[in-house]
Amino acid sequence: MAENLETAVKQICRKNGNDRTRMMDIVREVQDRFGQVSSQAMNTIARAVNSHRVEVESVVSFYSFLSEEPKGKFVIRLCNDIIDKMQGVEKVAEAFREELGIDFGESTSDGKFTLEWTPCIGMCDQAPAALVNNKVVTRLSSDSAREIVKSLKQNGDEDHLMHMLGDGNNADPLVNSMVNNNIRERGPVVFADLEPGTAIHKALSMSAVEVIKDVKTARLRGRGGAGFPTGMKWEFTRAASGSDKVVICNADEGEPGTFKDRTILTEKPDLLFEGMTIAGYAIGARTGVLYLRGEYAYLRPFLERILAQRRNKNLLGMSILGKAGFDFDIRIQMGAGAYVCGEETALISSCEGLRGDPKNRPPFPAQKGYLTLPTSVNNVETFCCVARILDKGAGWFAEMGSAGSTGTKLLSISGDCTRPGVYELEFGITVSEMLEKAGAENAYAVQVGGPSGQLIGEADFHRKICYDDVATGGAVMIFNRDRNPLEIAHEFMEFFCEESCGYCTPCRVGNELLKQRLEAIIAGKGTPEDLDYLEQLGKTVAVASRCGLGQTSSNPVRTSLKNFRGEYEKLVRENSDGMQRTFDIHKALAAGEDLQGRKSVIYAD
Amino acid sequence: MSDKIKFTMDGVEIEATQGQTIMQAADEAGMYIPRLCAHKDLLPFGSCRVCTVMVNDRPQTACTQPVSPGMSVESETEELNDIRRSIVEMLFVEGNHYCPFCEKSGNCELQALGYRLGMLAPRYPYMFNKHDVDASHPDIYIDHNRCILCARCVRSSKELDGKNVFQFVGRGIHKRVAFNSDTDLSGTDVSVTDKAIENCPVGAILKKRSAYAVPIGKRKYDSQPLGSDIESRKAAVKQG
Repeated sequence: MAENLETAVKQICRKNGNDRTRMMDIVREVQDRFGQVSSQAMNTIARAVNSHRVEVESVVSFYSFLSEEPKGKFVIRLCNDIIDKMQGVEKVAEAFREELGIDFGESTSDGKFTLEWTPCIGMCDQAPAALVNNKVVTRLSSDSAREIVKSLKQNGDEDHLMHMLGDGNNADPLVNSMVNNNIRERGPVVFADLEPGTAIHKALSMSAVEVIKDVKTARLRGRGGAGFPTGMKWEFTRAASGSDKVVICNADEGEPGTFKDRTILTEKPDLLFEGMTIAGYAIGARTGVLYLRGEYAYLRPFLERILAQRRNKNLLGMSILGKAGFDFDIRIQMGAGAYVCGEETALISSCEGLRGDPKNRPPFPAQKGYLTLPTSVNNVETFCCVARILDKGAGWFAEMGSAGSTGTKLLSISGDCTRPGVYELEFGITVSEMLEKAGAENAYAVQVGGPSGQLIGEADFHRKICYDDVATGGAVMIFNRDRNPLEIAHEFMEFFCEESCGYCTPCRVGNELLKQRLEAIIAGKGTPEDLDYLEQLGKTVAVASRCGLGQTSSNPVRTSLKNFRGEYEKLVRENSDGMQRTFDIHKALAAGEDLQGRKSVIYAD
Repeated sequence: MSDKIKFTMDGVEIEATQGQTIMQAADEAGMYIPRLCAHKDLLPFGSCRVCTVMVNDRPQTACTQPVSPGMSVESETEELNDIRRSIVEMLFVEGNHYCPFCEKSGNCELQALGYRLGMLAPRYPYMFNKHDVDASHPDIYIDHNRCILCARCVRSSKELDGKNVFQFVGRGIHKRVAFNSDTDLSGTDVSVTDKAIENCPVGAILKKRSAYAVPIGKRKYDSQPLGSDIESRKAAVKQG
């Protein structure tokens, strides 16, 4: 057995060229094959790729889909984000616990099942949802949870779970998924048709500099949320010196409440790859990488087929569409469950086979990115916009939206509304108009831009969705009056604590402290001074953190405090007796009592 | 010389060499910027965030940010020093730092920085996280309770010792330093003479049989605060 492991792991390493920068592929494959990356496997990998055991352990311990401890044949990862909780995930969880006789974080003794919680898997519009290995199961109930366990036990594979397939390409044999697209409104940029190759053909009739100029004229800004001008990013990357240049597509949408890229990857992959290829031409790159989040592994075979088809049509490969010297291809890099990898420099670290730690800037990726090559990282939706701009013209694109935010934006809307799903809307639409489209009549609070965005109340519903007003990468979560803004903020703080890479102090420690104090306030143990404490601490985390995750991680607390201060004030009260309410004498004495083997006489109860 | 540039820090004009970081230039000018993870012999890392300064009104870490002509840097402001104190306090509550009986007391950079920044008690509640101690090595012991995750051991081992003894595992609050061994520290090729051991700023990596060798009053930071060595250059710079 041990010899088998050694041989198989060596073979996996060899298949990946014994290349330590392909560590993600190596450890993912070992995990899939053996249900763990054991200590012995780590030693073998380290020797094969000429690295060190602790470096392998460093990677394995970072990603939540990888583990040193053995996992069951079926790993059920139930999504515990706030929308799933609102849709009754706890009942589903209870059914899984009962059927399997284990709790979350445990495996059955026969090694068949592991039960885990996982943050947002991009299915908020069809929650509660879970991953069963690479397959997604949606709209769960306690009954369907029991059926899932029964089917897995009977059939011995997860493919049999897909007896009802979703709409569109979800029913494609290579996707074979029960996920529904839920595309509610199709706009002219992303969800319109395009004959593959048309936009590339137009781009190739222009010079690379002219292509960049077109993107600049269209005033396209990054769709991931930060809104950096795409043309400028490309210009920097093109201007940087390097033997090769790299185009990376960030398909790691992990922001809770975001699922727009899921629909693009399912329905518009050709448009996306078209945009990436145009980017390759514009910046002078030969290498393209699609970084696909681990949760979307079910789309990989389908996406590989689309890539193969494009190679056959000479839309990828050497001398694309006969253009001598324009060689470009795309490979898919799988992630393994780490939100921080959506941050572009962390994503590059991950592509290089490292922990998903963000990198210091400068140098910026445009100067030194993937394997020190000049790199442009852009969002899935951004590439789609590029292809459309080249096809329809920069002027056509810039006429839509508002002056600072041209074109359309995909919004993934979920929560307390009757029409959750994906909407392609022109920038500049107001929050109220958006809520009306989604069928949200009793909205009390709206989380725009996901946890790293802001929680706004009615007073802000007249504002516009655009980069200069209410900015968003696409996530919109709606909450009615039954929901408590503090609990919403607490959910999101738990998320950031879980997903912080731990590199820098303010994010690693500060978010834990914010979460703890919020818990104290929710438990009725807060004082009015605690609100200043949250404000100060939140600001320190925002100012001093190293990357975008940390800099925005205190937003749930800061924006809920700003826009729903009354809710906080209801819960805190003056400390009139001078006692510290968060102090629990029994808890404090517990360790001492344990050591002494007797109960405290003074604090008997 | 063409690669010389000028910028201002806290209103003082500083001459620097193109390619230097703000911290390197400020050090040469005898202006101390508080720090923990930065070390003169190691590449910039930027993890503790104590050296956060405002560069043209944007927060940047002085240890990683290169100088540029005409830039305006603020460092010794009440707001920035409060952020620094706040970060030091976070490190105090994250770990378990028992200064009164720690062997590193008086020579500890975390403790000395707390004093320098005027920290009294942390404003945050102690977390009392559980951490391991590894005393398996004959000459070295490691107490994770006192580790501040500055990566000086990780970097020193790679950059200065030509080894790879330490690396981080886990993430978030569960992040910790691990050893290149499937057992414990004794299973690595670490040596007591490694720079990785010497460069630990706190009492997390200690040499056995050397504790309390220096009496109170003669320890490194007993009579002069952290950063004095850099600030003493100021006089020299002025005279020069």
